Amino acid sequence: MRIVIVDDSGLRATVLEDGLREAGYDDIQLVPPLGAWVAKLERMAPDVVLMDLGSPSRDSLEEMLAVSRALARPIAMFVDQSDDQMIGAAIDAGVSAYVVDGLRKERVKPILDLAIRRFNAFARMQADLDEARSALADRKTIDRAKALLMKSRDLPEPEAYALLRSTAMNQGRKIVEVAEALITAHSLLGGTE
Amino acid sequence: MSGPTPISIAFLPLTDSAPLIAAREKGFAAEAGFDLSLHRATSWATVRDMLVYGQVQGAHMLAPLAIAVTLGLSQHPAALSAPFKLNLNGNALAMSTEFAAALDPDPAKRIADPEGAAHDFAAAIGLHRRKPVVGIVHRYSSHALMLRYWLGYAGVDPDRDLALRVLPPSLMVEALRSGEIDGFIAGEPWSSVAVAAGLAEIVAVGSRIWRRGVEKVLAFRTDWMEGHAGMVDRFLGAMARAAAWCDDPAHHGELAALLARASYVGQPAATILPALEGRLLLRPGTAPVAIDDFMIFDREAANFPWRSQALWIYSQLVRWRMVEKDETIERRAADVFRSDVYRRALAGSDVPMPGASMKVEGAIATPTGVGSHSGALTLGPDRFFDGRVFDPHNIEAYLAGLSAK
Repeated sequence: MRIVIVDDSGLRATVLEDGLREAGYDDIQLVPPLGAWVAKLERMAPDVVLMDLGSPSRDSLEEMLAVSRALARPIAMFVDQSDDQMIGAAIDAGVSAYVVDGLRKERVKPILDLAIRRFNAFARMQADLDEARSALADRKTIDRAKALLMKSRDLPEPEAYALLRSTAMNQGRKIVEVAEALITAHSLLGGTE
Repeated sequence: MSGPTPISIAFLPLTDSAPLIAAREKGFAAEAGFDLSLHRATSWATVRDMLVYGQVQGAHMLAPLAIAVTLGLSQHPAALSAPFKLNLNGNALAMSTEFAAALDPDPAKRIADPEGAAHDFAAAIGLHRRKPVVGIVHRYSSHALMLRYWLGYAGVDPDRDLALRVLPPSLMVEALRSGEIDGFIAGEPWSSVAVAAGLAEIVAVGSRIWRRGVEKVLAFRTDWMEGHAGMVDRFLGAMARAAAWCDDPAHHGELAALLARASYVGQPAATILPALEGRLLLRPGTAPVAIDDFMIFDREAANFPWRSQALWIYSQLVRWRMVEKDETIERRAADVFRSDVYRRALAGSDVPMPGASMKVEGAIATPTGVGSHSGALTLGPDRFFDGRVFDPHNIEAYLAGLSAK
C-alpha cells in the first residue's frame, strides 16, 4: 500500500513518516505542495494521501481527483463516514485523508488512527517548542537588563537579578516585563549597552 | 435570555466576506443576541469540511459549491441550504501583462465590450507561447462558471483550450509571480492585489458578464438550519442589517479598513477599497476606471436567494458535464436556495420582499419595479453580456441554444 504525505512542514511529515514506518508501512512518499506537485502525486498513484486539513493545497488536490483518470475513481475523506467519533478526532487533529475507493476500511483505519496521534503529538511538540523559544527569548532579555544594572549601578550579578526580581514582585509584574521596561527606558535615555 | 448565543462561521479572506465581518465588528450580530466567532480558512475544501462535519454552524461559500456538496459532487455529500446571498458579483479576471498585450490596448474598452474582449481572448489563446494556464479558485466556483460562460460565447472550450488550475484565492498572486499561471479569476481583492504588484491587468469582470451574477452565499447544514429556526431567523435579521451597512457608500472607507485587518483579508485598505467603490485599477500605472454595480451587498433584494439563480448554476453544471441532466437533481439544486427561509426570517422587517421566488434571469435591461410583498422593490439590469435569457421553466431549450452556438 502506497501512502503519500503532502505537507509543507517538513518536520511534521517526518514525524508522521517515522510513525508509519514503525508500524510496518514501507511505501511512503513525501511530497511538498510546491510547483507541479499534483502531477507528481498523480504519477505516484497512491492508495492513501494524508495531508493537513487546513492546507491551502487541498482544493488543487481535489480538482485532480475530480478529473484524473490515472487514479481509480477516487477517494473519500475520513475513511468511514459513519464513524463520527473518528471524523471528530481527525478534524480536531487537523488530519485529512484521501483514500482510493475500494480500499477496505479495516486497512485504512490504523493509518488514520496513527496519523491523528502523530498530528496531535506534533502539535504538542510545536507548542513545547514555542514555549521553549519564548523562554529563551525571556532569558536573553533578562540577561541584558541584568548587564545594564551591573554596569550602571555597579552591582554584582546576583544583586542585579535580585533587584529585578524584587521590583517585579512589588509591581505585580513578570521579571521579563520589568527587564523589557528597563531596556526600553535605557535606550530612550540614549544609553548604550 | 441568558447571555448571547454563540454562533461560529467559517470564511475565506475575500472582500465579499464583508457582511459577516460587519455583522461582528459593527455590532449587528451582538444586537441580535449573538456572540459571532469567525474562523478564517485558506481553502474552500477546509470551509466545506468545517461546515459539513459540524465544526461551524455556517459558512461563507461559493454558491455553486453549496449546490455541488448537496448533489454529492464534492467529497462527502451533505444537504446544505443557502437562505441568504452575501453578494452579487465582485470578481475579476486578471491576466499577466504578457498575455494581456494581445488584447485591446485600451483596458477600459475590454471591460466595456465583453463580447469583443471574449473574441480577442480566444484569439490570444492561439498566440500565447503555451496553452494558457488560468487559475480558478474551485471547480464549483461562481466565477469559474462565469469565465466558462464568457469564453464559451467565443467558441472556447475551457476544458480543451485552457489549462484550468485550481488554487485558493490568496495564493493566486504568488502563483502568477512565479509563472505557474498566466492569469486567474477570483473574488476581490486578489485581482487588484495582482495589478498593484505590477503583475497583471484586469481584462474582464464578472459584473459585465452577468450584470447581477450570483456570488457567495451564507450556507448552513440543512438539518441544523431546520432544527434552529428561531436562531436562523434572528441571525438573518442581523445579516440583512450588516449587508445594508456594507452597501452604503458612506461606510466603504471604514469597511475597507476593517477588512484590511490581518485576521480578515490582510491586504491594504487601499487595495480593497476600489472594488467596494466600483473604481478599479485595470492596468498598473493608469487611472482607475469606474465600473458601476461592480459588487452589490444589499440593494435590489440582492440577498434574496432566487430559486431561478440556483437553477442557472445547475444549467451550467449540466452544460460543462459536471452533472447529468435529471429532474430530481434539478429539483435538489433549486432547493438549496431557500427563499422560503429568507421570507420567514425577514417577514415584518423593512427589507423589500419579492413577490415571486423564480424569475427569468437576464431579462431586465433598465431598472424595473417588480411585485413585492413589502416595500418598493426595483431590480436593476440583470442581463448576460450576450443578451441570452434564462427561463428556469425551460432549461432544455436554454441549453440547446447554448450548444447550438
